[in-house]
Amino acid sequence: MSGEAPIYGLIAEFKDGAALVSAASRATAEGYRNVDAYSPFPVPGLSEALAFRSDRVPLITLLGGIAGGIGIYFLQWYTAVIDYPINSGGRPLHSWPAFIPATFECTVLGAALAAFFGLLLLNGLPRLHHPIFNAADFDLATRNRFFLCVEAADPRFALDATRDFLATLGAMRVSEVST
Amino acid sequence: MATIAAGGNQVDESRLPVLKGAYSYASISDKISDIVLTRPTHWGWYAGFALSTALTLLFVVAIVYLFYKGVGIWGIEIPVAWAFAITNFVWWVGIGHAGTFISAFLLLLRQKWRTSINRFAEAMTIFAVAMAGLMPILHLGRPWFFYWLVPYPDIMNVWPQWRSPLVWDIFAIGTYIIVSILFWYMGLIPDLATLRDRTDHRGKQILYGLFALGWRGEARQWRRFETAYLLMAGLATPLVISVHSVVSLDFSIGNTPGWHSTIFPPYFVAGALFSGFAMALTISIPLRAIFGLKDFITARHLDNIAKVMLVCGLLVAYSYLVEIFMAFYSGDRYEEYMVQNRMLGPYAPVYWTVVVCNVVVPQLMWWKRVRLSVLTLFAISIVVNIGMWLERFMIIVTSLHRDFLPSSWDIYHPTFWDWATLIGSLGAFAWLFLLFVRFLPSISISEMRKLVLEKKEGET
Repeated sequence: MSGEAPIYGLIAEFKDGAALVSAASRATAEGYRNVDAYSPFPVPGLSEALAFRSDRVPLITLLGGIAGGIGIYFLQWYTAVIDYPINSGGRPLHSWPAFIPATFECTVLGAALAAFFGLLLLNGLPRLHHPIFNAADFDLATRNRFFLCVEAADPRFALDATRDFLATLGAMRVSEVST
Repeated sequence: MATIAAGGNQVDESRLPVLKGAYSYASISDKISDIVLTRPTHWGWYAGFALSTALTLLFVVAIVYLFYKGVGIWGIEIPVAWAFAITNFVWWVGIGHAGTFISAFLLLLRQKWRTSINRFAEAMTIFAVAMAGLMPILHLGRPWFFYWLVPYPDIMNVWPQWRSPLVWDIFAIGTYIIVSILFWYMGLIPDLATLRDRTDHRGKQILYGLFALGWRGEARQWRRFETAYLLMAGLATPLVISVHSVVSLDFSIGNTPGWHSTIFPPYFVAGALFSGFAMALTISIPLRAIFGLKDFITARHLDNIAKVMLVCGLLVAYSYLVEIFMAFYSGDRYEEYMVQNRMLGPYAPVYWTVVVCNVVVPQLMWWKRVRLSVLTLFAISIVVNIGMWLERFMIIVTSLHRDFLPSSWDIYHPTFWDWATLIGSLGAFAWLFLLFVRFLPSISISEMRKLVLEKKEGET
C-alpha cells in the first residue's frame, strides 16, 4: 500500500491488559483524543485510562423503568375507571393494590428493554463492518490479544510521529489499519 | 494460596478451586469454543438427542390431539379442574428461577463460583420458562384466544380484569421470559464474536457474525456492557422473587382450603429455588462429564449448589410445618380437614413421598462427603426434582378433590395424555438444551478470561 492511500489509523498490539492500560493512559496524556482500546474481556481501569466518563446506560435504564411503570399504571386506571368500569365484588374501581403486580412487572420490563437497547444504541451496534476489522491479527482481540488504535482522525495524528510514539509503549508490533 | 470466605466458612482455594488447571486467555477460549466449533460430538449427545427428539414428537402429538379434541382428553373434571398442566406450569417456572438466581443474584453478591455455570443456568431458565408458558395456554378451553389476557384496544371494547391473578400471571411470565432472553443474549454477544473470529467455516462466520452484531471489544463498549449487565442483574433479582410470588397468588387469592394462606409467596419462592438448583445439578453433572468441563465446573460448584439446596430445602420444610400449624391454629374445620386428608386420605402416598423426597433425603447434604460425591448428588437431585413436582401436585389436587361440599368430592385419575404432556415437555426441554450446548458456548468465555486474570493476580 502506498503512503498516500487514506488509512483508518495505527494499531499497537499488546500481550496483556496491564500493558494496554498503561499504554492507553500514556497516549491520552500525550494529547491523543481519538484513541480506542480493544480487549477480549473488560480490563479494569481501561475505560478510565481513555478518560471515558459519561456512561449514560443507568439513566436510560431508569427512564425506561419509569416509563414502563407509569404507562401500565395509567392503562390500568384508565381501563378500570374510565373506559370499562366493572363492579367486581364491590371493590372500588380504582383498586390500586391490585394494580401493583402488573405495575411492578412492567417497570422491570421497561427498564430491562431500555438497558438492552440503550446499550446497543450507545455502543453503535449492530454495525457488522468496521475498519478496525482490517487490522492484522484483529481476530485475536476476542481471544488473547490487546490492541490500542490511534485513529487518523485524531488532530495530533501524524503517521511517522505517531508510529514512533506507539513503538515506545512496549507494543509487540505497530501496524497500519486500512479504511 | 489464599483462602477466601464464602458463606461464613473458610474455603481452602487450593483444595476446592473455582477453576482447576493452568489456563491462559488463549487456552481457555479455545477449550470452550472448540466444543462448538471443532470437537467431534460425543456419542452421549447423539443418544440424548435421539431420545429427546422422540419425546418432543410425543409432546407435539399430545398438543395436536389436545387442540383437536379439547381438555377432555386429560383426567381433569369437576372438582379437580386443575391438575397436571398447572402442576407442570408451577414446576417448570420454579426450575427457571435457579438459573436467574445463579446468574443475577450471585453476580450482585460477587460470588466467583457463578462464572462457569451462569450461561447454561440461564439457558435452563429460558427453556424451562418456555415449557411453563405453554402449560396454561394448553389448559385453556379455547387456546387460540390466549391473547385476550393482553391489554389491547379490541373491537369488543373489553379490557382485562386487572384484579385477577391470572392477568398478573401473564405479565409476570411474559416479563420474565423477555428479561431472561435479553440477559442471556447480552452476555452471549462477546462470546459470539469469539466464535465468529475463531471459525474458518464461512457459513458459521456469517451466522455467528450476524448475532455478534459486530462486537469489537472496545473499552467503551465493555464499560457500558458491564454497567448494563449489572443493571440487568439488579432488575432480574427482584423479578425472580415477584414471578413465583405471583404464581403462588394464583392459588392463595382463591378461598380453597390449603391455598388461602399468606405464607404462599415465600413458600413458593423457596420451593422454586430448591427445585431449580436440583435441576442445575441434574444438568451440570452429565454436562461436565460429556464435554470434559471438569476443570471449569469443579467439585466446588457442586458443593456450593448442594449447600444452597440444603438451605432452600430447610425453608421448604419449615413452610410445610407452618402450613400444618396454621391449619389447626386457624380453627377452620375445612383447613384442619385438608391437612388430615393430605396425610391420611386417598393421596396420602403422595404426601409422604413429598416429605421423604424434599425433607428427609436432602438432609444427607449436611455431610461434606455426600456433597463431594458426584453420583450421590446426582441421585439426590433427581429425588428432589420428583419430590417438588409431587409437592405441586399435592397442593393442587388434594385441595381441590375434597372441598367444602362432600357431595362434590371426587378422585382425580391422570390419563395417558396427561403423562404424555409431562414427559413430552421434559423431552422438549432436553431437546432445546442439547441444541444449545452444541451450537452456543455453554460457559461464558469472556468471563472465564477475567477469572484467569483474577487467578493470576491472586497467585502473585
